[in-house]
Amino acid sequence: MKKQSMANRIVIYALLIGGSLFFLFPIFWMLRTSLINMGDLYQIPPKLLPDDLSWDNFEQALGAYPFGRFFLNSTVITASAMLGVLFSSSVCAYSFSRIHWKGRDKVFGFILTGLMIPFFVVMIPQYVFWNALHLTDTFVPLIAPAWFGGGVFNIFLLRQFFLSIPTELDEAAKVDGAGHFRIYLQIILPIGKQAMIVVGLLTFLANWNDYLGPLAFITSESNYTLMQGLTLFQGSYSAQWHLMMAATSVIVIPSLIVFLVAQRHFIEGIAMTGIKG
Amino acid sequence: MKPLASVHERELKAERGVRQKRKFGELGFGLLFASPVLLGYVIFVIVPIAATFYLGFTSYSVGTVPKWIGFDNYASLFSGADPFFYPAVKATVYYVGLSVPLGIILSFFLAILLNQQVAGKSFFRGVFYLPVIIPLAASSMVWMWLLQPDFGIVNYALEALHLPTSRWLGDTTSVVPTLILFSFWTLGNTIVIFLAGLQGIPAHLYEAIELDGGNRLHKLIYITIPMSSSIIFFNTVIAFINGFQTFVQPAVMTQGGPNNASLLYVLYLFNEGFKSSRMGSASAISVLLFLVIMLFTAAIFYFSKSLVYYEGKEERR
Repeated sequence: MKKQSMANRIVIYALLIGGSLFFLFPIFWMLRTSLINMGDLYQIPPKLLPDDLSWDNFEQALGAYPFGRFFLNSTVITASAMLGVLFSSSVCAYSFSRIHWKGRDKVFGFILTGLMIPFFVVMIPQYVFWNALHLTDTFVPLIAPAWFGGGVFNIFLLRQFFLSIPTELDEAAKVDGAGHFRIYLQIILPIGKQAMIVVGLLTFLANWNDYLGPLAFITSESNYTLMQGLTLFQGSYSAQWHLMMAATSVIVIPSLIVFLVAQRHFIEGIAMTGIKG
Repeated sequence: MKPLASVHERELKAERGVRQKRKFGELGFGLLFASPVLLGYVIFVIVPIAATFYLGFTSYSVGTVPKWIGFDNYASLFSGADPFFYPAVKATVYYVGLSVPLGIILSFFLAILLNQQVAGKSFFRGVFYLPVIIPLAASSMVWMWLLQPDFGIVNYALEALHLPTSRWLGDTTSVVPTLILFSFWTLGNTIVIFLAGLQGIPAHLYEAIELDGGNRLHKLIYITIPMSSSIIFFNTVIAFINGFQTFVQPAVMTQGGPNNASLLYVLYLFNEGFKSSRMGSASAISVLLFLVIMLFTAAIFYFSKSLVYYEGKEERR
């Protein structure tokens, strides 16, 4: 591309910085409010930064409800779902990309229609189903689907990646007497590590951030996830924004850390989905 | 790729003799490895969809036996006997109808912006994407605080600049526009997918336009947009499907209020099934959602055939 003129560059940077403010300011304001003391909360004009950092807010906010418990629940659900998705979506993607069975691509095409089916359409029968098994208000309804394919989207993503691995590798392994289990474990998984990381990250976010699933399936407070804990908090502290923002910050921070560590993987993973779509 | 594939097929045929000796053929292995999703698709998708259709014709709540009532659920929705159905449809059409096209245009523009040759490119890309990874329940809280009518920073800033303020989420006329504004904050996925597409456009096309004396606008109209049409299409379909399922924002921020102005369809569906425990009528509501999404997707696919340019047609099967 040609060198751009000075005026052009200024406009571009102004827009980029303006956009960044729009995307970053809410996060900054959340952190700022979480550290301000009650007296300064409603002050006019508002202080851009707190005079002194009120870490008490966090203590107060987290002490109000068993957030430790919620954190543990969210962790258990997210970790179990991640294991399930990584295992079952990779196995299925292997079948749809490396094993040549009759009708494979037709079956895959049919399963892909699942991408368009909203969870809301299957939510009520699923609830009835889990209720009949006496498994509502447990983590099972939130974890089990992960072990049964782990989402069509993840299979789709891994399949795209596995298809790009040269078949010569499988052929060579077959000559050496390797079966599908060994090819999957020793060839495809190690090469597909990159794609597995993307799927793992997306699964982490989907489960950690999930609001609807727990709301539909979990009823007793001791089984609440962090997201439910947050709405519980909202109910009783609605005007105490400094405490609300402290609780919200605590919930946001794990996702934020994961993003900062793995930013590149996220963005490449998302980009991958569009190009081949 | 074609000749390669047929060589491959010949190899497969040669191998078949060897393979048939094994008791467990490729079909067996294929089904075994695919069994999680095959089972999962039956248990969590096909059977539930059939059940949704069935329950839609019944009066049912958990713990009772479904009672067949024919089209009564649908009749009460369409006749307006259920006072929430039309407000929910209205709010959803308003929300989806504006947030999707505006969101697509805005994110396309932002992707073009991120595709410029500037320093700190990957930093800006990360910043634009960041809101997507924040739990929606949490960002909804944050935006409620930003837009709090009396003490929120946004109204304070508007007042300081002598601009009109708003009740934002607290007023029937401004609540949906506010939700639309909030939806722009989480456009990151769409932006990144557009960006990936823009990066794939060959530079020589732009050079050709430059040789012909074309300007920026010509590049946008004759190259960028046509070359991105399949991705614009992809993002639009996804945005519509997701838009119809917007739940967390109204559930956390407004509970559908004030006066049902932000009662988006799936929130209404959820309330009907889980709060009022009318699962039969909630199933009828789900069936309508299912049909609308299917029709919509089919229609977009149908109309897009003439509008979308695909490079290398054989890629589409």
